[in-house]
Amino acid sequence: MAEKKEVKSPKTKTENLREVVIPGEVIGKGDLLPGDWTAKQDGNIIATRLGVVDKSDKLIKIVPISGVYIPRRGNVVIGVIENLTMRGWIVNIKAPYDAFLMLKECPMFVNENEMADVYNIGDLVVAKIFSVKRDSIDLTTKGRGLGKIKEGMIVEINPHRVPRVIGKEGSMVKQIKDASGCEITIGQNGLVWIKGSSVEDELFARKAIEFVVENTITAGLTEKMEDWLKKNKKTPTKETKETEK
Amino acid sequence: MAFTKRSDGRKMDELRKIQCKVGIIPNADGSAMFAHGDTVAFAAVYGPKILNPKHQQNPEKGVIRVHYNMLSFSVTERIRPGLSRRSQEISKVTEWALSPVVMLNELPGTVVDVHINIIQANAGTRCAGINAAAMALAHAGVPMKNMVSSVSIGKIDDKIVVDLTKEEEDYKEGEGSTDIPMALLSNSDNMTLLQLDGKIQIKRLKEALEAGKTACKKVYEAQKAALKETK
Repeated sequence: MAEKKEVKSPKTKTENLREVVIPGEVIGKGDLLPGDWTAKQDGNIIATRLGVVDKSDKLIKIVPISGVYIPRRGNVVIGVIENLTMRGWIVNIKAPYDAFLMLKECPMFVNENEMADVYNIGDLVVAKIFSVKRDSIDLTTKGRGLGKIKEGMIVEINPHRVPRVIGKEGSMVKQIKDASGCEITIGQNGLVWIKGSSVEDELFARKAIEFVVENTITAGLTEKMEDWLKKNKKTPTKETKETEK
Repeated sequence: MAFTKRSDGRKMDELRKIQCKVGIIPNADGSAMFAHGDTVAFAAVYGPKILNPKHQQNPEKGVIRVHYNMLSFSVTERIRPGLSRRSQEISKVTEWALSPVVMLNELPGTVVDVHINIIQANAGTRCAGINAAAMALAHAGVPMKNMVSSVSIGKIDDKIVVDLTKEEEDYKEGEGSTDIPMALLSNSDNMTLLQLDGKIQIKRLKEALEAGKTACKKVYEAQKAALKETK
């Protein structure tokens, strides 16, 4: 009996963690420290965004579950080049503000007149955010895995589901990568770049990502994903074998 | 003959059936549906995004733009589609009802576009629109200090009535009908909308506002329940 109770208690804990709060709702007393997306009002702490409460020790914050992407320093994002200026490129990263990629933040030396040869309008780039100010975002493409996207497939997902697609220390992406044999780069802004040897592999990886996005709330998703990958991987290989015969 | 009974069998302080849902428009950043009985409003929020043309930007705080629109098939007699004097007024009034809760100073140089479409109308469209828009804003992740809930109260003959239908709004006998749309903040007694169409004594108005406050709390509970179901 005692064992059964122990099994039950962590479940209720996770349920409590997933409780969604709405703007203006009181989430704690005034002795707590208000973190992201919270405010003090009449001695209480209220939520200012729709999201899930994250309480650690004295700090209380809201983890948003919907809405546009909020850029953070250090995030790797995928963006579209919108315009060329004298000093660099303007990149749309699906945030409230346009991001700026400075000329010197390109891995090689770029002549001002040959900017379009490096990144042209409409090109997709993987970039890292190195500074976020009040209304300006600066990007860099110096670094491993950063730069222009030349081939593959782009999938758009809800940016708030990205942590779940990546999984704990990248466990979920690794699973999908191993199963599909594709290279997957996930931008924190919800754009995912899939590069594989064939379109079938890429489509399979896309399906897998969409499955994760649809089932974000499910507990024990990693195990579920394993089953899903096994179940779905078999069918395409069979088909290809049949066609070969 | 004095007004004693409502035609749909409701009590004097009873709201129509509320239906609401969040996330109905996949292309929008936030969306919601809110229905008071036969009055159905859809709200879609786009943004925060950069405001263009640039001269309209405010470097100190963001801008909120509301577009209220009644679809041509929403009422029994087809209405001309597009902007009208009435729709422009309601857009402006809705903007004023919502802007005190949206923390626009955190979004300098941006705009939040709110589109409200009335799919079906049976009085109280601006209230349904405000309710839907408040939910859509929350769903779009726009920082807000509060929620807004709105309801229309009225006086038919000499009775205070909550959530009027079109039929009740057009009541002509006795003292006639008065329509008072109001919007209330969720965690304070502050109002962000108060309009009055008709005649009412000051004493009765205070009575009506008290009835409206309890009704708004009921609307808030419905909004809260719908928002909590967001995945």
